[in-house]
Amino acid sequence: MNKPNRKVLLQLFLSTLYISAFTFGGGFVIITFMKRKFVDALHWIDEQEMLDLAALAQSSPGAIAVNAAILVGWRVAGLAGMIVAVLGTILPPMIVLSVISLFYAAFATNRYVALVLKGMQAGVAAVILDVVLNLGSNVVRTRSVLHMLVMVCAFVATFFFGVNVMIVIFAAGALGVASALVAARRKEGVQ
Amino acid sequence: MIYVKLFLSFLQVGLFSVGGGYAAMPLIQNQVVELNPWLTMQEFTDLITIAEMTPGPIAINSATFVGIRIAGILGAVVATLGCIFPSLILVSLLAYVYYRYKSLSALQSVLASLRPAVVALIASAGLSILLQVLFAGETVALEHLNAVGLALFAAALFALRKFKLNPILVMSLCGVGSLVLGVCLG
Repeated sequence: MNKPNRKVLLQLFLSTLYISAFTFGGGFVIITFMKRKFVDALHWIDEQEMLDLAALAQSSPGAIAVNAAILVGWRVAGLAGMIVAVLGTILPPMIVLSVISLFYAAFATNRYVALVLKGMQAGVAAVILDVVLNLGSNVVRTRSVLHMLVMVCAFVATFFFGVNVMIVIFAAGALGVASALVAARRKEGVQ
Repeated sequence: MIYVKLFLSFLQVGLFSVGGGYAAMPLIQNQVVELNPWLTMQEFTDLITIAEMTPGPIAINSATFVGIRIAGILGAVVATLGCIFPSLILVSLLAYVYYRYKSLSALQSVLASLRPAVVALIASAGLSILLQVLFAGETVALEHLNAVGLALFAAALFALRKFKLNPILVMSLCGVGSLVLGVCLG
């Protein structure tokens, strides 16, 4: 990796800043924008590698946009690139939310703002449940009884019994490791 | 100390939210509404609404919003750092493994089993937001039902499923609808 020069770092910072400031709707959208910028426009990363980086960003815990920035920044300009790309990604939401939270108290008590916010909340609930219906039907479509059982149990545990979400994630992760091990052993047995 | 608490809480959000998008939402609710008295359910619902309407990941939006309300600008910075810290470590580690072995299949099979649980957690958090919209924290009973909220929710869900309208557009229309109805009905 070449010693990162200032011009590349500046361009990396401005690109991630721009992408982050204009991306509504989360991780998957931001990866598309990154591909357009870093693969198609700047030719810093080739397409196949970008797809792999996207898979890595989605597989790691944490926000996909931040994970993708870490990977792209590192790939383009090492540690300095990583820091610059992450800063570019988190600064726009931090600034916007800081400003909003300063006005929030005045905001939320205004009758008209409260009405708009209340209506948008009904919209948010619909958006989230729409996503859940899509994701849930994908799980059902795998026809894996185990996965459907995990989904139902996890829902009942958190919604009706208030089980801590971290416990649910731990349990599902442990189950995943166990089933991966079983699958690997079966494969060995066949060969 | 509040800064340490904020850092550790959002560290857990960053560490346990797998799968991106809404995956962080149930964890944020757990940390800032249930485990710590930082936001009421109403404020959390407002926060998710604001996060949806502004750019950036929900987790970063929430870390900034909660941090600044609890402990000012420094609180926002500390919470955000906590949120991205696990990513910095784990993503680097995974990238190292990936460039070394060029294989992600074991990781992806573990993720495949996590996914149904994450869907269930998002469903649970989404339903608690819907209950907040419909009953505003009151007990779930017909006399507390917010009819306007129910109508807007049903219309929005229909528009999303049937016509695949853009979510930001749907939310904005709901906001406008609520304003018009609220002013007309008094």
